[in-house]
Amino acid sequence: MGSVAHAPEAVHGHAHADHHHHEESFVSKYIFSQDHKMISKQFLITAIIMAWVAVVMSIIFRLQLAWPGEGFSFTHFFLGDKWAPKGVLNPNMYLALVTIHGTIMVFFVLTGGLSGTFSNLLIPFQVGARDMASGFINMLSYWAFFLASVLMISSLFVEGGPASAGWTVYPPLSALPQAIPGSGTGMTLWLASMAVFIASSLMGGLNYVVTVLNLRTKGMKMTRLPLTIWAFFVTAVLGVLSFPVLLSAALLLLLDRTLGTSFYLSEIHIGGEALDHVGGSPILFQHLFWFLGHPEVYIVLLPALGITSEVISTNARKPIFGYRAMIGSILAIGFLSFIVWGHHMFITGMNPFLGSVFVFTTLLIAIPSAVKAFNYITTLWRGNIVFTPAMLFSIGLVATFIAGGLTGIILADSALDIVVHDTYFVVAHFHIVMGMSAIFGMFAGIYHWFPRMYGRMMNNKLGYAHFWITFVCAFGVFFPMHYIGLAGAPRRYYSYSEFPMFDGVVDLNVLITFFAIIGGSAQLLFTYNFFHSIWRGQKAVQNPWRSNTLEWTAPVEHLHGNWPGAIPTVHRWPYDYSKPGKPEDFVPQTTPLDDGEEEH
Amino acid sequence: MTTLLILAVLVLGLMAVLRLSRVYELTATLRGKREEMISDRDNRMNARLMWLFPFFYFGFFIWLTLHYKDKLLPVAASEHGEWLDRMYDINWAILLAAFFLTNTLLFYFSGKYYFRKDRWAYYYPHNNKWELAWTIVPSVVLIGIIIYGLTVWNRITTAAVPGTPEVELYGKQFDWTARYPGKDGRLGATDFRLINDNNPLGIVTPASIATRLEELKAEEEAGGKQLAEEHDYLPPDRKHELEEHIAHIRRVRSRILNLRTLMEQDIAAKKAAGQESQYSFGADDIVVKEFHLPVGQDVELLIRSRDIIHSAYLPHMRAQMNAVPGMTTRMHLKPTITTDSMRLVTKNPAFDFILLCNKICGASHYNMQMALVVEPEGAYRAWLAQQKGFQTAEAATPAAAPSDSTKTTASADTNATAAVNEPKTH
Repeated sequence: MGSVAHAPEAVHGHAHADHHHHEESFVSKYIFSQDHKMISKQFLITAIIMAWVAVVMSIIFRLQLAWPGEGFSFTHFFLGDKWAPKGVLNPNMYLALVTIHGTIMVFFVLTGGLSGTFSNLLIPFQVGARDMASGFINMLSYWAFFLASVLMISSLFVEGGPASAGWTVYPPLSALPQAIPGSGTGMTLWLASMAVFIASSLMGGLNYVVTVLNLRTKGMKMTRLPLTIWAFFVTAVLGVLSFPVLLSAALLLLLDRTLGTSFYLSEIHIGGEALDHVGGSPILFQHLFWFLGHPEVYIVLLPALGITSEVISTNARKPIFGYRAMIGSILAIGFLSFIVWGHHMFITGMNPFLGSVFVFTTLLIAIPSAVKAFNYITTLWRGNIVFTPAMLFSIGLVATFIAGGLTGIILADSALDIVVHDTYFVVAHFHIVMGMSAIFGMFAGIYHWFPRMYGRMMNNKLGYAHFWITFVCAFGVFFPMHYIGLAGAPRRYYSYSEFPMFDGVVDLNVLITFFAIIGGSAQLLFTYNFFHSIWRGQKAVQNPWRSNTLEWTAPVEHLHGNWPGAIPTVHRWPYDYSKPGKPEDFVPQTTPLDDGEEEH
Repeated sequence: MTTLLILAVLVLGLMAVLRLSRVYELTATLRGKREEMISDRDNRMNARLMWLFPFFYFGFFIWLTLHYKDKLLPVAASEHGEWLDRMYDINWAILLAAFFLTNTLLFYFSGKYYFRKDRWAYYYPHNNKWELAWTIVPSVVLIGIIIYGLTVWNRITTAAVPGTPEVELYGKQFDWTARYPGKDGRLGATDFRLINDNNPLGIVTPASIATRLEELKAEEEAGGKQLAEEHDYLPPDRKHELEEHIAHIRRVRSRILNLRTLMEQDIAAKKAAGQESQYSFGADDIVVKEFHLPVGQDVELLIRSRDIIHSAYLPHMRAQMNAVPGMTTRMHLKPTITTDSMRLVTKNPAFDFILLCNKICGASHYNMQMALVVEPEGAYRAWLAQQKGFQTAEAATPAAAPSDSTKTTASADTNATAAVNEPKTH
């Protein structure tokens, strides 16, 4: 496989770049491509399609929550008579929609989409490699992701509906079709899809780790890596270590469902019948699930933080403040993320002392997180901020990271968690800190590296409109949810009309739904801007943002092997912006140090 | 209709924006404008918006807080709930300070330092003193939060004092049942295989075992009869299903027979030692669809589930614990305010404490609830005295199998205890 990466080396002696790559067929160039740039575009476009599916789902259940029991032609259009007679959402379908919305957003958009797109695009470019360590495995990774997406979407069309036990698929609910119709074929497809997804994620992750460790160009020490790469690297390590645990959890669940084993099931009487399962524990599944599930939060978040570090520094025309502290905090967050999973389980009857340990480790994560937030703010201080759409989304990320991070301190504190566990407070918290932050990071990445991906520019004015509408709506949607949660309203309720105690806050659901519809529609601006710019956008120059990193030293046109000549050599860290005594306010990494110049 | 209108307006608005952007794009290209060269006007506009945004953000926050603070959960109605409410107040004070400080800095800097051609950013890659400061300050604050939090957590989760009255909460799709001990003050043992219409919790008593065995025997015979009669014209998959069903009933029966042996041995052994067996507490248990607790008294709640995971959530009591099939979880709490007093406090004559399910459990998850009545000790005792014991309910059903035949099967099955997993046929 190594030969793939080195093949262009053999030919780069030719004088003209055009001679480098032999003609490729349509299939090998656009479909079964082994080129990291094409694969990253494939991931991105698949993720955009999946994201739209999940957004439409959220609008459907938001309509139900705002006006419970009312019929909507929008709902009926998508779900038909079976799941939405007269446009009124069926309660089982409501649960299916929240389940699949969560699954798609967490795994297909913010894991596969985010890491798949930007690790693929940026790792070879920014470390100075011709391609991923294994182009072939990289291709398999995308096609496994694609297959997983198809399986997940196909589960929407089966008899009993898709998986409906929540994106965390806790058994016994997810194990017993008697308990909910979605736990039939729909759940089987969910598990199959996730198994393939995990395979994709592992192949991608191994490739990222190996590429970062082994294929850095001359002079690219680990301490000269852009923070994007550090973030992608740690993310990949987290994924490689934790996803197999989810795979095993899913396999055991599959065995319980099909072969009558009792890993997660014990002493269950359902449908008028005492089941044969004894001796298992549903709590075991939760431990296995969250052993992935919590690192997963950072698998989603770290790439977004990495992108933000790069975008903020470039557009503030100022070095990222505390580069080494930023690396340290990424590593600390990565490490701690493995020993905090129990904070999702404080009220499962777990030993209170064990709960205390998880409180301690979880609250420790707030320290590196605080360091990151303060470092971002200090980077902005006395900067010279160029407001590109990417920069706006990065600043937006810092805001959501702060708002969601702070409520995390409430939820991590087991005693406080008793009151708000599984309420809308949690929904507000993780949508802000994980959903919004990660999606803002993803948008920042798309706007920033679009010229690198497609050789064209996206429209700024549409970008501004997209950002400001999305930013206001993000808070408009998720901020009021804190209050609904503090009123004691549980999540995953089809309607609150059965509880007079929530009458005081249910009107917030109407407000939220309005913001959700406006915010969701604003994504049409983005989608239009994105696809329009692919073909009709202004042609990009080589280094549009006057950035220091290596990807901007390669020509705008995509070459197999990235650079027409030798791979550039690196002489300095990537954040020399506005360095005194330099002719310009940026100094690319390929510029040698002057005599007596300190690196930073 | 309104939604349709709203959607129509949105779509039209969007189309207008898109057309405008196209016009803008064309004119921009004509003027030779480059997308990567952000104009001074754009930088200034976004900087202004960065300053404007906190007014929306903080304003929205303050409006929500003022408008909804009285519509959130009312004052805690349990002893530990009061500790938690205080803990919330202190934590909120810290978090809000951090929230306003960091957001103010973020948006202030973002709006202030927008790009101007004539100046450069301040080259400031790091400062160990500052970095140390914002590592140490959050650490100290967090350690305070951790110590405070764990102190309260330990107080809440300390095991109940021995002798604390026990009440069981039992969840199933989609309702709650409560069980109170009878005169003996103890809850009887349960087994999920004994669950039937008259014994929704599967309480183990000699009578409920006998009834259940009879039922299963009848079911098995009915199945066998159907299989024999329709053997020739049943489709193969239906036949297989029926055979599986019969085999399943036999397995359940054999385990109940083992349970009976265990029960009889335990009762005999305990009797010899002058004690009472856990199997003899069940008969007088009170099984009700109502949930009452006395005020001012610590009560331990034993929480169980019949089918899937539920969560017993009492928001007014600031209490929550999962109900997990196959295990018993516990929490204890001391209600401090009666339902009647709470109706006065909240000025809502219809107020009720609610027990609701807070773990996704199926289609009617959103309506799995039971009111909790907290009342003075006297009223609570009076209510309890009105309730019938479980055995009374049991006695109302047709009598169990003749004691003679039960005896014989029992002795015949004693040998089976060793081979618990072998299905037994009769």
